[in-house]
Amino acid sequence: MSALSQTTEVVDPVPGAGAPHLPQQPELIQLLTPEGERVEHADYAVDLTDEELRGLYRDLVLVRRWDVEATALQRQGELGIWASLLGQEAAQIGAGRALADDDMAFPTYREHGVAWTRGVDPLEVISLFRGVDNGGWDPVSTKFNLYTIVIGAQCLHATGYAMGVQRDGAESAVLAFLGDGASSEGEVNEAMIWAASFGAPVVFFCQNNQYAISVPLERQSRVPLYQRAAGFGFPGVRVDGNDVLAVLAVTRAALQAAREGQGPTFIEAFTYRMGAHTTSDDPTRYRLAGELEEWKLRDPIARLKAHLSRSGIADPAFFDAVEAEADELAAHIRSGTVNMPDPVPAEMFDHVYAEQTPHLAAQRDEFVAYHASFSDTAAGEGH
Amino acid sequence: MSTQTLTIGKALNLGLRKAMEDDAKVVLMGEDIGKLGGVFRITDGLQKDFGEDRVVDTPLAEAAIVGTAVGLAMRGYRPVCEIQFDGFVFPAYNQIVTQVAKIHARSKGKVAMPIVIRIPMGGGIGAVEHHSESPEAYFAHTAGLKVVAVSNPVDAYWGIQQAIAHPDPIVFLEPKRRYWEKAEVDTAAEPEPLFRSRIVRGGDDVTVLAYGPMVKTALQAADAAAEEGRSLEVIDLRTVSPLDLDPVFESVRRTGRCVVVHEAPTTLGLGSEIAARVTESCFHSLEAPVLRVGGYDTPYPPSKLEEEYLPDLDRVLDAVDRSMEF
Repeated sequence: MSALSQTTEVVDPVPGAGAPHLPQQPELIQLLTPEGERVEHADYAVDLTDEELRGLYRDLVLVRRWDVEATALQRQGELGIWASLLGQEAAQIGAGRALADDDMAFPTYREHGVAWTRGVDPLEVISLFRGVDNGGWDPVSTKFNLYTIVIGAQCLHATGYAMGVQRDGAESAVLAFLGDGASSEGEVNEAMIWAASFGAPVVFFCQNNQYAISVPLERQSRVPLYQRAAGFGFPGVRVDGNDVLAVLAVTRAALQAAREGQGPTFIEAFTYRMGAHTTSDDPTRYRLAGELEEWKLRDPIARLKAHLSRSGIADPAFFDAVEAEADELAAHIRSGTVNMPDPVPAEMFDHVYAEQTPHLAAQRDEFVAYHASFSDTAAGEGH
Repeated sequence: MSTQTLTIGKALNLGLRKAMEDDAKVVLMGEDIGKLGGVFRITDGLQKDFGEDRVVDTPLAEAAIVGTAVGLAMRGYRPVCEIQFDGFVFPAYNQIVTQVAKIHARSKGKVAMPIVIRIPMGGGIGAVEHHSESPEAYFAHTAGLKVVAVSNPVDAYWGIQQAIAHPDPIVFLEPKRRYWEKAEVDTAAEPEPLFRSRIVRGGDDVTVLAYGPMVKTALQAADAAAEEGRSLEVIDLRTVSPLDLDPVFESVRRTGRCVVVHEAPTTLGLGSEIAARVTESCFHSLEAPVLRVGGYDTPYPPSKLEEEYLPDLDRVLDAVDRSMEF
């Protein structure tokens, strides 16, 4: 019996009960307390070398610095808009570092941290927000799909891609990112129905950052999001999204289960968007300052730093070195952004089709000729 | 013997079969397309011969049929989606216009979307609401999509194979009330290119343009007009996007008159675009304004009224008369 023709077994209505890789639990999975204490979990172990732990810290700090720099660049008029990941670094780095090289990730539009783990240059992400292109990275070679702005559409792409993985008999998995707001979208629900029905090797990774722009989670769901998975017939699990170790452990387990033919998992990373939805909104209009202060106490970077210091895994020299590296990254982002060339105008015609149509080719020629009628512009060639 | 008499439905079935034989990456997906063979039986017998993984009976979710096709295409497959009826494509509309159409451009050509979305289109079968619509203008208005509308068994047989082999996403419109029309199909012949219009009947007085189900109506009108001594040139556009209008311009420059016929509501339908382009290109040759014969700007009516709604040969002839009166 091929993997494709296997019937997906209906799981117990209690989330996780039918899946050996998941515990029968509804509580937040945590491996590192907000105070930086390392705790064990019966079902999720993570065994990282000191170097790997320091690497995770470095990731967290660098993507936060990237984010801070991009927000500043937007404020200075260099970017049209920026979607900040502030507060969600652990969810994204944990999930991104759980991916194997051959796994494919389908982000929405805030997964800069995941992009970082896939080796995407921050400037290639920034180019989208600067209006230079629609994302400058190669989704094929990086195995990190381009951003999808229409909420939830990418969950279907991920599921279809996972069905392709199944047909190819490949041992890899797919990680689909979505937010708490996206969980209300029909397409996300359809994706979960399909994933369950075909037993597709896809993991739905929901960053519950508590708000869909200004609308709180309570308006999206009357039950904790991870519990919805039971209704689709696969396990759901809630992890502390500000705990990079727990996110890494849970996502690794879910991806491994997918690769082994156990089908989809829904992960709810319980976290908080510390900043605005994008630089265009004003969170002081819809949430209380006290809430932000409360979440600051669960800061993903501070807790790992406390753990690394306390356990002697990293010393002040290491933290200084990471700060210096962050400064360098910020400088790279700043100079790279302000020096980023504008796109060549006629290129907007070039990739509409794999096989250009005569009509569009003619329109392009007219455009180039029109541009050429002005002496100081070049429509068809680089600057 | 490579020539057979086939209905449009059977020609599509054989064309799909050939495409699946030729390329193992072709996967059919849709509601009821497996054991049932589709509500119009276009996929009849294909699941039996190619298996459940290549002819996939899907859950009932149009957005997912198209949305998962995107992922499969990214993985190197060539998905062929069946939408059961034209009015049911709208749940998938988001995926088609914001994703399928845009991904090649978004990725600067790094990700291809060789997806075919088959839609039985148009009215005339006495169906209930949402089973008789003509959504082609929505898709033709979207950059990144190509839209083909076949009118006969020969184009059905070759067109579906060409659409599947094509690197761009194609909305493939099938004239549902003509599924049972028959013609000789030479399966060994050299097919005509996909995105070309074709003169299906020569004439000198008025150029009549149609596509899909209206081609037969236009030809009937030409027969009737001939009895009255009028000679209509009928052009089957075959492709809605891109439009192949050079043969149309040539014809109109000769006849000086042009009538466009389609089932879709007239306002902002394909006829509007064609009228504008014919006027731009043939202004000095025109003896009359380009006229449109289309559906009314109403929701598709209950089936007892559809014969009133749909253009028939009399409405085409009436437009021809009006054109000749200028």
